[in-house]
Amino acid sequence: MFRMRVTFDGEEVVDVEPIFGYLHRGSEKLAESRTYTQVVTLTDRMDYVSSMTNNLSYILSVEQLAGIEPAPRGVWLRMIAAELQRIASHLVAAGFFFQDLGALGTPLILTMREREQILELFERLCGARITASYMRPGGVFMDAPEDFWPALNRFLDDMPAHVDQFEELVSGNEIVQARCDGVAVVDSQTLIDASVTGPMLRASGVDWDLRHRQPYEYYDRVTFNRPLATASDNYARFIVRIHEIRESLGIIRQCIEQIEPGPVRPETVPALIRPPVGDSYVGTECPKGELGFYLVSDGGVAPYRCKVRAPSFINLTLLREMLIGDKLADMFVTFGSIDINMGEVDR
Amino acid sequence: MVYGIGLAKGMSVTLKTLIGPAFTVQYPDRRVGVIGAARAYGMSTPGLIFKRPIKAIRAVLGFERVEVRPTQAARFRGNEFTWYEDRCTGCASCAKYCPLGIIKIVTLPGGTNVQEGESYAIDTFDIDTGRCMFCALCVEACPYDALHMGSSFERSNYQRMSLVLSKDDLIAQPKHPSTWFRPQMEDQDYSPFGETLDDIKKAGRHEMPSVEDLTQRWVEDRRTDVKDDSDEKAED
Amino acid sequence: MPSPFDSILYKYVYCTLSSTGDAECVGNGLFGGGLLPGGLEWLAFLLTAVIMVAAIINGVLGGVLLMIWGERRLLGRFQGRTGPNRWGPFGLLTPVADAVKTMFKEDVVPTVSDRFVFTLAPILMLFPALLIYAVIPFGAGTWMADINVALLFIIAIGGANVLAILAASLGSGNRYAMFSAMRAVAMLISYEIPLVISLIGVLMLSGSLSLVDIVDAQTIPFFIVQPLGFFVFLIASMAELNRTPFDVAEAESEIVAGYMTDYSSMKFGLFFLAEFAATIATSGVITAVFLGGWHGFDPIPSQFWFVAKMVAVLTVIVWIRASWPRLRIDQIMNFAWKALFELTLINLVVSGVLLLIWPSPSTTELWYMAGINWVVFLVSVYIFGRVLGPKHDPVRSGNFQDVTLSNSDAPALPAGGRD
Repeated sequence: MFRMRVTFDGEEVVDVEPIFGYLHRGSEKLAESRTYTQVVTLTDRMDYVSSMTNNLSYILSVEQLAGIEPAPRGVWLRMIAAELQRIASHLVAAGFFFQDLGALGTPLILTMREREQILELFERLCGARITASYMRPGGVFMDAPEDFWPALNRFLDDMPAHVDQFEELVSGNEIVQARCDGVAVVDSQTLIDASVTGPMLRASGVDWDLRHRQPYEYYDRVTFNRPLATASDNYARFIVRIHEIRESLGIIRQCIEQIEPGPVRPETVPALIRPPVGDSYVGTECPKGELGFYLVSDGGVAPYRCKVRAPSFINLTLLREMLIGDKLADMFVTFGSIDINMGEVDR
Repeated sequence: MVYGIGLAKGMSVTLKTLIGPAFTVQYPDRRVGVIGAARAYGMSTPGLIFKRPIKAIRAVLGFERVEVRPTQAARFRGNEFTWYEDRCTGCASCAKYCPLGIIKIVTLPGGTNVQEGESYAIDTFDIDTGRCMFCALCVEACPYDALHMGSSFERSNYQRMSLVLSKDDLIAQPKHPSTWFRPQMEDQDYSPFGETLDDIKKAGRHEMPSVEDLTQRWVEDRRTDVKDDSDEKAED
Repeated sequence: MPSPFDSILYKYVYCTLSSTGDAECVGNGLFGGGLLPGGLEWLAFLLTAVIMVAAIINGVLGGVLLMIWGERRLLGRFQGRTGPNRWGPFGLLTPVADAVKTMFKEDVVPTVSDRFVFTLAPILMLFPALLIYAVIPFGAGTWMADINVALLFIIAIGGANVLAILAASLGSGNRYAMFSAMRAVAMLISYEIPLVISLIGVLMLSGSLSLVDIVDAQTIPFFIVQPLGFFVFLIASMAELNRTPFDVAEAESEIVAGYMTDYSSMKFGLFFLAEFAATIATSGVITAVFLGGWHGFDPIPSQFWFVAKMVAVLTVIVWIRASWPRLRIDQIMNFAWKALFELTLINLVVSGVLLLIWPSPSTTELWYMAGINWVVFLVSVYIFGRVLGPKHDPVRSGNFQDVTLSNSDAPALPAGGRD
């Protein structure tokens, strides 16, 4: 779904021209003719690997636009779903990073096995594995069923051992080290100038995480660390994601401790929302970077304009700088380490 | 550090996965050995060998298969829809709420309940599951709990036209409604994978607050600035 | 000079076919079945040769089928999944399904290609892989030919896959094939040198190039006596076979299928077959040269031991494929010229010196040589690892995973940046 027109000198890359747009489905234009609740189903499909965080970012923007105060239990459930989705997205990124390196599927199968457990949790929670549409303005759609909490606890108990097993398979491996060390290094000033966010920025040592700097939801009531690396090469970007998986597990545990029974959505929120005239933007930390929905309302039932700040699109702009000077074999590894989702790039 | 320890650690991880059990869930059937076949037929292993020797030989040689149902959640938004005709009034909220516009409803003047203003008779109720994305907004919209999501996913077909469920298809197919947006069904420990639920009255209705209530509270929440004045007026 | 009658295959078939009064059969204590009349011994010889070749090639192809099944099941189990188990009992008919699928595909030949070279390449790839089986001894007396330059024959033929890959790429006229050809030729030629030199140690110990003599000389298996040679030969032969971690010629994620991109149907089938046939042949050579051939414990026949050792080598090769990612071509070349070549030279010198001290060694002297060789092996691998291994950058705290967990509220940017 992504095309690169590359000029080579032997095995070395001289010039790269990325060509994308093959997955463009007109989501932003379609959003102008759908009601605010129907747009949630569109947001699922933008970054199809992490649909809960897309939902969350959009819903926060709608809540800011319409002035809706969410129900506390709904907020906690949203946080749990978002962190689970973050784990799933990082597992996909890690597994396919090794697939591009040529490991022929062993790390991929291990990460997919874990992701399968998360998708089963999502199926218990909202009936669908990947395209969740779980969140609504004001909270979530339905409360979690009774059998969700034991399954979640089982998952939290099993997961650290699996992450350790995965790290043991790949981290100390000398071949991985030789392939990824010092390859496609970008310094932090270039990243900041290109407005890159997410694990790519944290792999160069900049401690910028929106959950910490501009807390939304109840992220100020949980404590978590941000993994930082200084090397900013392919391996650093990958290992930062593995450590973030562990941090997300900690956040979920804190959410389970603090969640209280109650309604998951205030009953005063109508089915058809007509927000007052105005605009809103809320930037959230999605697994790939900062995702934000800029919504403009003209008082009607559908947004007048819905503009998506897609992190994969912004992170992709640095691809050319990163690839020039490296070899053919490193091209795909670098592309995989940025963790790009074409559904988000093209929308 | 010896160059090569990391490689050896990687190989030890794969060795452990080789020795351990596989985590594949085989679907739709899986090959079983003698012990597995005995368990599947509910007998002990010697019992299988003596009572059904042919099956035991087939199991040893690797020909015996046992059917597998994958685990599904009760809220799974499945492929077929469950529609209760006696609850549907033809209001077409579901058709209006669908983001893709795949529900087609044509109603005619009914002839029933003439005193109350005559209910609709539903002439056409088509859902195009070929283009459906199973977002379940239609289920959320239905005010009478007449439309539910189904629970199956094995409904592939050879023609696109047969994916359009007409009214007769919806009435005829077995009813396994999913518990998505039906918390009253979850409260009754209903599982969509058992028997069919033909009588919807057993499942009850979700009691929503009335429209007046909702409007009043919505208005009240927004008028927090004038609340004090109205309280003062009331006290006067 | 080894006689063809050492091979039991040859003995029984020839004597069954030849006339009853055949001098050679009588001289070896076998009475013929006498199917052919008197003066036609040459015909018996010809027919025997044809039958033996047919038997060996069919056996090889059957072995390839089993290996396809075995590799896919083993790869699956290494990854924690089941592997193919649908077709036939335990999935044993999966390679048959593969073969039928391959045959039914449409044979597409690109227009921008040199047709003769394009069609020649798969044949050129398969032919040497099958030829090696002529000299591999599968058990006591079970071989097709025992020539006294067998190792030289194997090495000479093994060099032909370079030509095949080059022919495939040039015939395709495809940029991915060009990439893969450049990489493959450089890699294959570079790895032939450590491959050959690591065998010289064994050669010196056994005193003969014939595989049967090498197996006979292994009172203790040579991987104990020559660990450095075994290690280098294993790595170099994996590179020659284009197996992970050296499969740059057909790297799926990078250059589609490399030199095999434009091949479809049976031509691709021949490439596929040739790769597996070469893998089995190489593991057979490793077993014969380093693992003690058919020596084993008595009541079980020697053929079983040979096949068991071959299966063990194949399992290790598949295990490595399941565990490690692939190397980049410049790293592969570095490894060949900076590490393997030097290691083989060290092995050569040390083996030569040891043989000067103990010419024609007995078993205890072989154990002494083994001990010294193991010390040399471990020390030299350690030294080369330190010299050539990953550099420990003092700025990055010398740790490969330099991840710090930050929980502070300090400004995000380093000093001097905008916030």
